[in-house]
Formats: sequence, C-alpha cells, structure tokens
Amino acid sequence: MNIEQEITQSTLRIVGDTSLTHEQAMMNLSKIPGQFVYGFLPPQGYGKLLNQGVLSDLGEGYAPICPRYILPDYDLFLKKGCSFLRIDPPKDLFEAIEALKMFYRHIPSITNFPVYLGRLDRMLQPFIRDEAEARRLIRHFMIFLDRTISDSYAHANIGPEATLAGEIILDCDYELQNATPSITLLYDPAITPDAFAARCARNDLACAKPSFANDAVYKNAYAGEYGIASCYNVLPVGGGAFTLARLNLKAAAEQAQSTEDLLERVLPEAVALNCAFMDEKIKFLIEKSLFFRSNFLVQEGFLHLDRFTGMFGVVGLAECVNHLEALEGRAGVLYGHSGAADSLAHRVMTRLTELVHAYKSPYCAVSGGHYSLHAQVGLDIDIGVSSGARIPIGDEIELYAHLRHAGQFHPYFHSGVGDIFPFEVTAKRNPESMVDLIKGAFSVGMRYFSAYASDADVIRITGYLVKKSDIEKLARGEAVQQDNVIWGLGEVQNSHILDRKVRSL
Amino acid sequence: MIAALVNRILPFSSVDGPGNRTVFFLQGCNFNCGYCHNPETIHVCNNCGACVSACPTGAIRLVEGKVTYQRSVCCACDACLRACPRDASPKVDVMQPEQALGILSGNLPFIRGITVSGGECTLQRDFVLALFRGAKQMGLGTLLDSNGNYDFEQDEELLSVCDGVMLDVKCADPDAHRTLTEQSNELVLKNLAFLASIGKLEEVRTVVVPGVLPNEDTVRQVCAVLAPYWAAGAPIGYKLIRFRPLGVREGFRSVPVPNDESMEHLRGIALQAGCANVSIL
Repeated sequence: MNIEQEITQSTLRIVGDTSLTHEQAMMNLSKIPGQFVYGFLPPQGYGKLLNQGVLSDLGEGYAPICPRYILPDYDLFLKKGCSFLRIDPPKDLFEAIEALKMFYRHIPSITNFPVYLGRLDRMLQPFIRDEAEARRLIRHFMIFLDRTISDSYAHANIGPEATLAGEIILDCDYELQNATPSITLLYDPAITPDAFAARCARNDLACAKPSFANDAVYKNAYAGEYGIASCYNVLPVGGGAFTLARLNLKAAAEQAQSTEDLLERVLPEAVALNCAFMDEKIKFLIEKSLFFRSNFLVQEGFLHLDRFTGMFGVVGLAECVNHLEALEGRAGVLYGHSGAADSLAHRVMTRLTELVHAYKSPYCAVSGGHYSLHAQVGLDIDIGVSSGARIPIGDEIELYAHLRHAGQFHPYFHSGVGDIFPFEVTAKRNPESMVDLIKGAFSVGMRYFSAYASDADVIRITGYLVKKSDIEKLARGEAVQQDNVIWGLGEVQNSHILDRKVRSL
Repeated sequence: MIAALVNRILPFSSVDGPGNRTVFFLQGCNFNCGYCHNPETIHVCNNCGACVSACPTGAIRLVEGKVTYQRSVCCACDACLRACPRDASPKVDVMQPEQALGILSGNLPFIRGITVSGGECTLQRDFVLALFRGAKQMGLGTLLDSNGNYDFEQDEELLSVCDGVMLDVKCADPDAHRTLTEQSNELVLKNLAFLASIGKLEEVRTVVVPGVLPNEDTVRQVCAVLAPYWAAGAPIGYKLIRFRPLGVREGFRSVPVPNDESMEHLRGIALQAGCANVSIL
C-alpha cells in the first residue's frame, strides 16, 4: 500500500466509525499526518529496533505540535490571571472555578486534554468562605471536568495537608463515581492526618482514586515543585515532559544471546538510540514547532523551557528476567518468586540506569542532565508484557512480599512508577487497614500505591481510570464519551486486567 | 513450656480490630455453642486417628500414636474435619511464643497490631502473655478476642500488656446462655462491667439468632451496663452479628438469618443508649 492509499484507508475508517464521538474522530484524524510527515529524522539504526519492538515512539508522530505532558503553574495563574485569555485574577470561589474551567480548555498535551489539573485542594481552599456554597460549586466543577475533559489521564493532586477543599473534593468524587479526573494524594504520614488518609482510602476502594504518592520522597524529585500527571508521572510543575520514548526489556532480551549480551551489547545500543531519538524530537519541538516559540503558556511564564525533561520509558522487566533465566537454562525461575531472579532484575536495572544516566542531553537540566527513567504502563496492543517493573498479572505473590518487592524496584524510576491492588469488599469496612499497608509499603521504598475494591465500577486499568460499564458499552460497539476507554478495552482483552489477584484484607 | 496450639494465622485482617492486624487463632474453647460456625476449633485432638484415612494427600499421618499434620502437603479439602468425631482439628501447629513472634515480626511494617482469637485464647494464657509482651516490644497494639469465660480481674499481668478485649456477650439470660454454651455467663457479665470500668473493653459482640435467643434482652442489658461509659465518651464499639448457617452443626442449620428490620431495631437500641459506634455484620 502506498502512502496515499494508507491515508485514505485510515481516514475513511475513522470517518465511518460509529463507536467514536465527534471529538474522538477529530482527534484521531489529527494524528494521521504525524505518521507520514517527518519533521525530524530518527537516528540511523532506530528503525530496526522499532521494527523489532525493542523501542517504541508511542505514537507521538514525527511532527509534534506540543510537549507530551504539560504541568502549568496554576498558582501563578490564580494569582495573576492570564492576559492572552483576558482572565482577571479570581476574587472568590465562583470566579476561581470559572477561571480554571476556561484555562484548562487551553492546556494541550499528547491527548489534547490537560494531563495535570494542579493541586486542586490548595488552589481552591483560599477562596472558600461558605461550606455549603463550596460543596455545591465544587460538585458542579467536578461534573464539568468529567463531561468536558473526555480523558482520564487528566490528573488532580491533593494533600499532603488535610483541608476542607480536599474533603469536599473527596466527598463529591465518592458520590459522583466518575473516571475523570484521576486524583492522587501526595501522602506523607508525618503531615497527612490519619483520618484524611483513611478518607482517601475509603474513596480509593469505592472508585479507584485517589492513589497514594510517596510525598516524602517525591518532594525532592526536582528543584521546585513536582506534580503527578497522566498515569502517575512525576514531573516538574511549570514544565513537564517533552516526550516519552520507551524500551521494551522483554523484546530486548529476546534479541540477546545471553545476559552478558543483553547488558553489554543490546542495552547500550538501545539506550543510545532511544536517547538520540528523543534528542532529535525535542530539538524539533523547541526549534521548529510552534509551542515553545509562541504559546501564551510559555510567554506568560506558566511554563519554562528549562523545567521540561524527556522520559525514558521501560516495560517488561519481569518478562525480560524470566526470559534470561530460561536462556541460561533456569526456566521457571521467576521474577518476584525467586531471589536469584530478583537479583538479576537488579543487575538489569542497575546497568540500564548507568547507561541512561551516562547519556548527557542538553534538554534535561531539570532531571540532572540526563533523561529520566519511567515505568511505562504499557500499550493496549502489548501482549505478554507487564507494565514497568510489575510482577505479571496471574503471577502475583503474597501481599506483604509483593509490597516489599515493589519497594525494591520503585526507586529506579524517578519520573513515575506504581502498582495496583484490587481488594475484597470487606476492606471497605476498615479503610484504616489499607492506610496501614501503605504506610508500611512507603517505609520499605514503595513510591506509588493504587487500589480498588472488587465491586467498583471505576477501576484502574494500568495507570488510568475507566468505568467498567463503559468498557462493556464500547465492547458492544456503542460510542462512549471518554476516549481512553478504547485503551481500557484493549488492555482487558490483551493483558487480562480484570484477572488481577483480588486481595482479602 | 508455654507452647500453644495454633489453628490458623491470618497475616492481614481488616475485621479484627482497628487498622491492619495479624490474627492468631488458637485451638480449643471452653464454650460449646450450638451455633459455632467453626466448631472444629472447640476441642483438642485426642489422637484417635479417624482423620488419617480420610486425608486424600497424606498430609495427616499417625506417627507413634500421635496425629501429625504437614501443612505443605495439605490440599485444604477439610475431609479431616468432617471425619473428626469430636469437633477438633488435626490441622494445628504446636508453636512456641518465639516462633509466633518470628512470624509476627515478618509482617512489620505493614500492621499496627496483633489480635489473638480462638477458640478461646485465654485457655492458653501463658502463650498469649508471652506473645503480647513480644508484640509490645515491637511497638504493636495488642487485642484479645474472648468469650469472656475468664476472670480478667484476677490477671493484672495479662491486662498490663493487653490494650483491650473484644468481648462476646452471647446471651444475658443465664438459662438461655447455659443452653447455648453449656456454661454459665456469670464471668462474662462480670467482665463486661469490669473491662469497661478499667478502659480495656474494645468492643462487644452479640450474634443475633432469631427465635432461639432473647436477642433484644441481651442488647438492652449490655447497653444498660455500657451507657454510663458511652456517656463519658468511652469509644466502646458494639458489633451486632447476623447468625448465618454457614459451617454450623446439625441443630442450627435450619435457623434463619435475621432480617434487616430486626437488626436495625437492635442497632436503634444501642444508638439510643449512646453508643457512637454500632455496626451490623
């Protein structure tokens, strides 16, 4: 098929697809040119690793118009307003919410929706005068977010302090049972009161959010403030990530003759190419693309070029290690189940870290001059590849051992990592018990914890949230408002998301 | 020698006291409740060997006249429990406090406490004492789940390392209690008042059995004792548990589950008496 035929076929497929909303069809159409137009060229040799599945460009295309993840400085916006959008600084809660609604509409990202909504409790708390009014306004604000941001990568942060605004957000979210926005509690047991953490755990079981981020560790991730965006990405506020390009460790291991060969030949080549690929893309984004040269978010100081970095995504550590063990004649020695396999996993991750950190790039001063390792959650089309460093679904181990295992491997991934645990409904009676687990897990190194109860409608797929009822609708061929339900359906079919081990507590 | 017979250990539980806790279930009980839903915890094995031939995997064997159990081979089919003529369980580990504490420390830092249940754990009081002492040294909370047939007032030593007791008050009426449990409830009622008075009553539990027990009378009598403590702000919980015919012995299999209305009625009585934390299970 030539390019013209391919474009025609893709276009007509989207235009005629009754399972898409107008918005989804429009956005899918907008992705087509980037697959055929080369605004920059990937480095020599990149194509080979792309075809082998060792590397993936994650569908960002070759003529990006904006950075992948954007975390604007919302505090500045609420303080100064925005001259481009002709928005004055808000004076009360109604105005603050209206201002944010307008502003969010203009925050792009890879999904065309904002992936970071700010520290919502802290942003709204100063404007609260009357609790009843605040409850009514925030409730409608949250409905607005779900119905207009058709994508649950949109992520609000709350905590670590308990506030009335935070309580109201949690109460509304518990009642509304929406997939958007995703919410993370920036959790520090030394700061967050137990009662507030328990309230968050209650919500987490009922509607899969908020997740818990290890604030005591993450607050030192970058100079200045960090935020949790998209799935669980840890990025600088006032900046974000230019791009995310990933390495599939399973596919890499399959190209290797031995463990040594992986560590000394396959990985060095893959890391160099993945980093050089990001260099080229970022260069285009900064020098040729419009965003950093003309967008009001940059011009008015809501974003700073020097607070962006590139994310080096990793998937399939478990399958990589299991493959290497089999290659070395130890089939059945499994990641998560064997100390030897876990030691090998540490060797792989130590080597990978060394290689990624040794590659100096001019575009990531905020993350130490090198790209930042990230446990990528996977793609809906991946089969038999686990997210980041997770133990495969179906292969899970006893809960405490699982949490300790996560605690060993989370620290490798500075720009985000996480594990997900479904619980039996009995846990709902005692959310404090889940808080105890999280406290323990954070103290042994875990960075990000997500849960949901086995009867919840809103569940976490790999990092983002989807209503199970929406997946069922889409599976019947009916359109649903939220666009990432399509990824959710793919993950359910290809990665057995609904088969995660349910923990009794 | 203060080894105990341990029926089961739950590494994590959200239903045996506040937060996440490790729970030890000890074998043997001095009540013989008709409605017990795990009657195999009541008696202690007398090595009759009836279960040995019932075991399909060879996990249970008779060695020098003693029934031995190998957990790693067990397929958890419970054929042994059905074969047992005396409501005991061969699936019991003899455990020294040091071993139990080793298991417990492996669950740090994910738990805030330990709960010892049964059977009736006070029957193996020395083991419980050693376990609680060790748990305290680890900074853990200590709760004891008891049928109340033990004179806590005479055991200051145990209470000094026990944060609180979760007390079953099965029936306030002495005759009905004796019919149900084959024992007097004198000590139970004494403990209800005593433990509340020293601030060591964590919660009270009453299983509601329609048509068999005078449930409302029991709830009212418990509330009458606890009302002054609730009024003074004591956070003593009251759990009202629906009888369910799961795992019970012959005589109780056809007893119905109480309906929502009757449970709510009982909850109303406790709420009115001033209990801030009444739950229905």
